[in-house]
Amino acid sequence: MPTVQLLILPLAATYEMKNISLSVIDNDHSTYAQQLINKFTASGYFKLTDYSASYKEALHQVEKNNADIILQIPANFEKTLIRENKASLSLNVNAINGSTAGLAASYAGIIIKNFNAEIREKILQTPAANMQPVIDITYSNWYNPDLNYKKFMVPGILVMLLSLVGGFLAALNIVSEKEKGTIEQINVTPVKKTTFIISKIIPFWIIGMIIFTVGLIICKLVYNITPVGSYITLYAFAAIYMLAFLGFGLLISTYSDNQRQAMFVAFFFMLIFILLSGEFTPITSMPQWAQVVAKLNPLSYFVAVMRLVMLKGSSFTDVSSYFLTICGFGALFNTWAILNYRKTSG
Amino acid sequence: MNTIEVNKISKTYKTDKDAVKALDNISLSVNEKEIFGLIGPDGAGKTTLFRILTTLLLADEGDASVDGADVKKDYKKIRESVGYMPGKFSLYQDLTVEENLHFFATIFKTTVQENYDLIKDIYTQIEPFKTRRAGKLSGGMKQKLALCCALIHKPTVLFLDEPTTGVDPVSRKEFWEMLKSLQKQGITIMVSTPYMDEANLCDRIAFIQTGKILSVDTPQNIIQNFSKKLFAVKGKDMYKILLKLRDFPDVQTSYAFGDYHHVTLKNDDEKESEIKKYLTTELPDEDITVKTIQPGIEDSFMEYLNKS
Repeated sequence: MPTVQLLILPLAATYEMKNISLSVIDNDHSTYAQQLINKFTASGYFKLTDYSASYKEALHQVEKNNADIILQIPANFEKTLIRENKASLSLNVNAINGSTAGLAASYAGIIIKNFNAEIREKILQTPAANMQPVIDITYSNWYNPDLNYKKFMVPGILVMLLSLVGGFLAALNIVSEKEKGTIEQINVTPVKKTTFIISKIIPFWIIGMIIFTVGLIICKLVYNITPVGSYITLYAFAAIYMLAFLGFGLLISTYSDNQRQAMFVAFFFMLIFILLSGEFTPITSMPQWAQVVAKLNPLSYFVAVMRLVMLKGSSFTDVSSYFLTICGFGALFNTWAILNYRKTSG
Repeated sequence: MNTIEVNKISKTYKTDKDAVKALDNISLSVNEKEIFGLIGPDGAGKTTLFRILTTLLLADEGDASVDGADVKKDYKKIRESVGYMPGKFSLYQDLTVEENLHFFATIFKTTVQENYDLIKDIYTQIEPFKTRRAGKLSGGMKQKLALCCALIHKPTVLFLDEPTTGVDPVSRKEFWEMLKSLQKQGITIMVSTPYMDEANLCDRIAFIQTGKILSVDTPQNIIQNFSKKLFAVKGKDMYKILLKLRDFPDVQTSYAFGDYHHVTLKNDDEKESEIKKYLTTELPDEDITVKTIQPGIEDSFMEYLNKS
């Protein structure tokens, strides 16, 4: 199951946009207008779905969900552009899906900007005379040069899967013994609380490690992601992280009276942990209070470490502070679970 | 020193609105190597007492000791020396018979071989099914397995909470025979049951009802202590007769009891003929028979209930 998730989720969690439906209202029908539209369709991001005669009509297409973005070219676009050296375009984006809208708008912006630059070169016969000081920015993407979102998402999703399996399995475990009544029989035995909790952790820990290994193999084979850093560092983190998160699950389990309760509590925390992990949205852009919560979130540390080690190749000493934090979480959750697990009820 | 000593134990379960007094100032003691029966209806507080004695629950008031160890202070010692079989089947259903036994042996830091002689008689009965999962066993076999697991560490005291509830009559009989043989091997047994007929099989019994002990004695004494003459009444329409009996001013108690109504009178000098005379005049077509009978445990229990 986790394997399948690792294969499917990264494809779904894509930040790349393709096939944005474009509706064009061309009131000019000039060469330039045609060139501009060609630029849009040639970019690969946009798909020209229809030509509308009026804005109203185009809006209707948006309402019918046939168009995501409307490009309106005013009448005399070409004329004004040549004569007055400037012209305006109108771009309307359907923002129901915020991230699609944002991406579509920025892609469109880039295309228009490029188009603008080309036109400028053509119109201005003597570029030297009109040379404007331009700051030319060159980007260089470090650690993930081709901005492959999979490289970025997959390690995080692996962490998510590890947390889901560990958290839920552990959360349901002790409580299921409570439901079945088997815990009664264990409680009258001289078994120590610590031994009991540890014996609960070990099998899940092994399962977690197997999932992690399978996950890394999938990373390599399917997504062609080879960690730049060392596998030992990754495993060291996975081992201690699993311990911490199982402790968290068991803690929920010791507090719950039945499996449904445990499931809901685990679900509640898991959602918060995943959304505030920095996996989908950067933590630094969250509001202050969310950043504080993210600091208390074991997931965010492991997601960060996975990316640092896998993409950037950070060594163990670079991320040792994270390691200590996760160790701290592990000690906290497990001790708490042991203390809260009572063999005798009041 | 008695093996089990319960001294003024009280336990109240609190919910948001009301509080249920499960045990109300209970005291009793169980001698070494005896089978002590805790007899009472559902909700009487039997399981609560068991859970307190097996250190699973803390009492609100009072103290108790098992095999010389205090249930609060020396709980670790108790956990090593008692065997507990909860009312609900609570072994691991997805482990096989054999695995369950080995698991509990390991938990108590012993091996199946070490105490095999103690469980041999019982285990041989379920041995043909040793590779079957515990959850797939029949009710009687589950109980036998649970008993084996409770015995595997050679406990000095055995707590059995309603071991025969939901078990067929033949298995129940077998189960009690096993308890008798365990008693011979020097194990003190405290057993609870809602079945009155099983009370006779105990050395001593305690009647328990709504958290109070009504009486503690041997079954024989309890029956002998029955203070009244007991009559059994039979006829055609039993319900009509019961209603009539309750209208009869001389009747003290009258209960439906299987095929008969058990009746006691306010004045023990009166004879069965008088009941018959009354009933035949009131209900001439009912073919009434009345006879004097020996009281049983159940009659005694009803009497104690009425007294309290």
